[in-house]
Amino acid sequence: MSAAVSRDLEFSFGSEIGYLDLVQGVSDGVSALAGFDTDSQYWIGLAVREAVTNAILHGNQEDAKKKVVLVFRICEDRLEIIVRDQGKGIEGLDIPDPLDPENLLRPGGRGIFFVRSFMDNVDFRVAPEGGHEIVMEKVRSQEKRGKDDDN
Amino acid sequence: MTIDTRTADGVTILDIHGKITIGEGSAEIRNTVRDLLQAGRKKILLNMEDVSYVDSSGIGEMVSSFTTVTNQDGQLKLLHLTKKLRELLAITKLLTVFDSYTDEAEALSSFSS
Repeated sequence: MSAAVSRDLEFSFGSEIGYLDLVQGVSDGVSALAGFDTDSQYWIGLAVREAVTNAILHGNQEDAKKKVVLVFRICEDRLEIIVRDQGKGIEGLDIPDPLDPENLLRPGGRGIFFVRSFMDNVDFRVAPEGGHEIVMEKVRSQEKRGKDDDN
Repeated sequence: MTIDTRTADGVTILDIHGKITIGEGSAEIRNTVRDLLQAGRKKILLNMEDVSYVDSSGIGEMVSSFTTVTNQDGQLKLLHLTKKLRELLAITKLLTVFDSYTDEAEALSSFSS
């Protein structure tokens, strides 16, 4: 693969929790294609699952008519994943630090923390197409990039 | 997710099977724990050996069950954490909250009378 070329996979689905297993399966497949080992596939998949859950519950307010768009982009140096909702993303959400001793026993508030924990770069922004999106990146090592030549 | 319930040495052991995730009936643990407390069974051991996957919602469910039991002067402990679940509890600092065991007999004997 040349440095300028990336491989993209993009699809959308209604805001239903029932799609999470499918989404995670796709994430595992793309991560494997990008050369990540099974452990990394697992953690990337969990980050994707949490980001999509967030988009469904908070971004789209579980409105099944609103879509979640998921983009996987295998670039030379990284795997980029975008989760886009048609709502407000995490805007307005009060997410206290789950590691603060005062918050350890709160039942919620760990989803975005997991996203940040398992990905190398995470950005939240207004999507150019409307809505909000989470952009997550996982760095590909030189060894992983070498696998592109085999595909 | 399914839960099998058994008792040993006065401790209720919940053998949890499958995924503890949003949309997979994660509230089932909370409901089972609530029913046990109402029946006066306050020593509860969650056996996680056959748990295949846990997300943040599942972690929240475990925390919620823990606080419910503790607030009623009971004890809730964990048995046979999988490697991945242990990592999740470590990064969320919850390993410092939960008592966890790798041996069932040791776990049972840890409950105070």
